[in-house]
Amino acid sequence: MSEAIAYYPGCSGLGTSKEYDTSTRAVCAALGLSLVDIPDWSCCGSSPAHTKDHVLSAALAARNLQLVSDMGLKAAATPCPSCLTNLRTANHRCEAAPFKAKVDKLLDDPYAGGVNAVSVLQALTEMVGLDTVKSAVRTPLKGLKVACYYGCIMNRPPELMAFDDCENPMAMDNILAAMGAEVVPFPLKVECCGASYGIPRPDVVAKLSGKLLDAAVGVGADMVAVACPLCQMNLDLRQGQVNRAGGTNFRMPVPYFTQLMAVALNIADEEIGFSKLCVDPRPVLSKALAVAD
Amino acid sequence: MNIINLTRDYDEDFVHRVEEESGQNVSLCYQCGNCTAGCPYTFAYDIPVSQIMRLVQAGQKKTVLSSKSIWLCATCESCTTRCPNMIDVACVMDVLRHMARREGLAAVPQVKTFWDSFLDSVRAHGRVFELGLLINYVTKTGRFWTDMDLGPKILPKGKLAFKPHDIQGKEHVARIFERFERESNS
Repeated sequence: MSEAIAYYPGCSGLGTSKEYDTSTRAVCAALGLSLVDIPDWSCCGSSPAHTKDHVLSAALAARNLQLVSDMGLKAAATPCPSCLTNLRTANHRCEAAPFKAKVDKLLDDPYAGGVNAVSVLQALTEMVGLDTVKSAVRTPLKGLKVACYYGCIMNRPPELMAFDDCENPMAMDNILAAMGAEVVPFPLKVECCGASYGIPRPDVVAKLSGKLLDAAVGVGADMVAVACPLCQMNLDLRQGQVNRAGGTNFRMPVPYFTQLMAVALNIADEEIGFSKLCVDPRPVLSKALAVAD
Repeated sequence: MNIINLTRDYDEDFVHRVEEESGQNVSLCYQCGNCTAGCPYTFAYDIPVSQIMRLVQAGQKKTVLSSKSIWLCATCESCTTRCPNMIDVACVMDVLRHMARREGLAAVPQVKTFWDSFLDSVRAHGRVFELGLLINYVTKTGRFWTDMDLGPKILPKGKLAFKPHDIQGKEHVARIFERFERESNS
């Protein structure tokens, strides 16, 4: 079953979302999905590039797609939805020859085309599968109520992202349910958290992330599982700012879904990296698991 | 709602440029308001996204390119996903800020500065150096209080790198930017 796929961690994977990277690597290794690092990968350009120019944005992403092609691979997995969008958009836009010609003009080596980027969530769903995930569980997440939050661009727009449902995605819910967690219906699954406005417009993030935390409390979630480094940062690191702006008192743990998977797979604490989060999920987690026993 | 004199103010070239650069037919918009209904940023916008679309149809270049809204759109793709006429509204918003940049307009200057600081970091190192990006932004804007409260929260976590992760091919990435600037000026 061991299939290989190129792995693009994204810049935040080396910094503010280190624990997403380490838990992703550990979970994929435990489930037999072989992630092959892309040598000397560079930034995809993220939102700042596409807000400046679409050819520039595609060229920054296509440099990495070409590196994947040079590895003899046709697909890359990335944990970050923003990287995912940029890599997929670049590949898609380069299917039009006039656009690709403009992109190639900016690159040292032209992009050969045809490299598909998928999320780690999609790779786990399609290349590993729920049955394998289920049979690998060592510590079921029984008794843990999780709201799965996908973020705004993981599945949108559907024509480009081509995975799961764009209004009510279920891939993360299905995986965490397979690990024994009680996934609660979460109506704001795909609402935006405020994205990269945390630095230039913290008031905007406080309002939008506050709405999400409020909804998670409202549906009785013990924690909010996320799949995006920026969502995680807004909901966790900025939770104090949210509380100050809204006069609220949230203390909601916001782990990556891969960290919860890693708990269920009995992966070592250093790779799970709960100590890297601001609101520590461990007290709530041990309480939930103890009650279930 | 303002009254617009279409005979006097309609900028035909602007409408064509938006359509060409976004690949969208803006005349398909029939003002159902679905995009605005789903847009999480309407509370922060000066002009709701559906009205931006209407103003584009009406060729109101100056109003559109001077708006704050085009700098506050996060490309969350809600509008694009829900448009009944399959207009890629988020792409139109993206193209409008490309055009605003070229006109030297940025109605929410700190957003532009943040994005530029991000791209400067990529250009210098090949990857984003998060702490360097923040310092660059604070230096450029003088907003020295930005995220001061987060320092004590994040520093003990040991995940914020103090040095950039320069890649070997960083000159290649820098050349992408140089060629882009050359192409844009030619």
